[in-house]
Amino acid sequence: MLLTVKNLSVSFGGVHALNLSRFNLLDRELRVIIGPNGAGKSTYLDILCGKTKADTGEVHFDGHSVLGKSEVRIADMGIGRKFQKPSIFPSLTVYDNMLLAFKMNKGIFASLFFKPNQEMDDRIHEVALKVGLQKSLGKVAGELSHGQKQWLEIAIVVLQDPKLMLIDEPAAGMSDEETEKTGELLLQLARQHAIIVIEHDMKFVEQIAQDLVTVLVRGKLLMEGTFDEVRNDQRVIDSYLGRANVQLENF
Amino acid sequence: MGNKKDFGLYACGIALFLIILPLGNVLGFVSGNTISLWGRYFCFAIVALGVDLIWGYTGILSMCQAFFFCLGGYSIAMHIVLKGATASGANGIPMPDFMAWNQVETLPFFWVPFQSFGLSLALGLLIPAAFALVFGYFIFRSRIRGVYMAIITQALALAMWLIFLRNETMLGGTNGLTDFKTLLGLSLSTPGVKLGLYVVSLLTLGIAFWFSRKLVDSKFGKVLQAIRDSESRTSYTAYRVMHYKLAIFIVAALLAAVAGMLYVPQTGIITPGRMDVRASVEMVMWVAIGGRGKLKGAILGSLIVNFLYSICTSLFPDSWLFILGFLFVTTVLYFDKGLLGMLETVVAKLGSKRKPSPQPAGHEVMQS
Repeated sequence: MLLTVKNLSVSFGGVHALNLSRFNLLDRELRVIIGPNGAGKSTYLDILCGKTKADTGEVHFDGHSVLGKSEVRIADMGIGRKFQKPSIFPSLTVYDNMLLAFKMNKGIFASLFFKPNQEMDDRIHEVALKVGLQKSLGKVAGELSHGQKQWLEIAIVVLQDPKLMLIDEPAAGMSDEETEKTGELLLQLARQHAIIVIEHDMKFVEQIAQDLVTVLVRGKLLMEGTFDEVRNDQRVIDSYLGRANVQLENF
Repeated sequence: MGNKKDFGLYACGIALFLIILPLGNVLGFVSGNTISLWGRYFCFAIVALGVDLIWGYTGILSMCQAFFFCLGGYSIAMHIVLKGATASGANGIPMPDFMAWNQVETLPFFWVPFQSFGLSLALGLLIPAAFALVFGYFIFRSRIRGVYMAIITQALALAMWLIFLRNETMLGGTNGLTDFKTLLGLSLSTPGVKLGLYVVSLLTLGIAFWFSRKLVDSKFGKVLQAIRDSESRTSYTAYRVMHYKLAIFIVAALLAAVAGMLYVPQTGIITPGRMDVRASVEMVMWVAIGGRGKLKGAILGSLIVNFLYSICTSLFPDSWLFILGFLFVTTVLYFDKGLLGMLETVVAKLGSKRKPSPQPAGHEVMQS
């Protein structure tokens, strides 16, 4: 088991944002988390990567406790985070964005006396090819399209070589074609990394949900199962329909 | 092509400031006053490099650089004043005249190390660095940033200004330290020493520029820009943002302190007026007007604004602040990349008119 979570809870101003009784993830598993707005999906990822502090509970990753550690320590342990809104370095080139992410000693002096090597260059080109940015490496990242920025952020996370990737709505704001490419990319990445993906787009979920899908509602675990089990579950339909989620209704 | 243009710019700068001006001074058609004036501008340019590193590259708006400048300046001033002291304390150690007037009996303990030139230099660097380290540690650990950073550093500058104003601080109070006679046995009023200080300032500016360029071009510099762009992404990419911010805050403080040390012997006076909030704000304005995020812009901005200051204060003595304010507002409103950015845009436009078809596709291929 790569990640085990028990009785994790956090509340903001008296409102329970998350109250997760259990969550387990295997190595190289691709898990999709779905749920209506305010279900605590992003909050959950925020806790896993150290952005938000949990009130109580246990999170064990790869044999170590995660809670209470700083973002940098957690990143060093092997958890990489991709945010919903693309979070990249817009004034640096795509290549430099990726170079900064590359897994290496990231202390001040190591950075001062850093010399690039061939192995890094090869790996960056390889990842760039994977995310379709091989022709944009010299571009300033701020000039990329929205979809390309999303892919660049995925590339940044991949280059950190994490054991677990936390990916928040990767297909948001993408065209259908881009969405499908993103899905293929995630499936490919899942061969080397464990991945947790948050997603709303049910078509996209169907494409990537090869293992289990977890449904969160109002901060609680509603059910866990294969995509088909989840889609046909009455409680899932109710909780989505109850919030008038047109998307699932149409699906 | 860019390198060639840069080379031309450097060559012009070197020819003008390292050959023509000093030669003119030796031959007698450039006054010693002009030489001292430009020597001081170079000191301001060194501070501006520091401001650009911390604000332009890292996005931390520090409004207390003038304070670090004065820490360097005061330490050299204390040494010079001690060397020229005529009064002597109860224990026979020479003591600055202003202390005798204030009925101080013995030299205060913190003045004692400044009798030695080497120690004064070392303390002039160590004190600002230590200050930046401690102050920066608490600010950056509390994740203070943006406008709050500007406010808290201004508060520091103000507090320090008030402390230096007091006579009880034993640093000359409002009058500051003045009546400089010799440095290392050389009389500060001779033209040769003035020219020497000018050259040293220019060379130091050159070294500071080279050092800053190395810093900015290294991966360290890229991390600084990454922090400016997205601090959270930088820490999720496993960089300890606080270490980087502290390091650059200290570097900027050191640059300011070095500049202060060179400035004081050329001006002949240092008062707390040099470290008030306005002084720090002006330093930020030089960089904004010159072009933030570009080292050359910082140097250009500080030289031009200070040159203008000298001209304007003699032509229209009362309106300098209006002129500076006007310049700053226009820069912020219309040329957010500063003077250098504006020049580059103009050059690029002229260039594209001359060569009407710079095929964009080919350009992209070349870059990748």
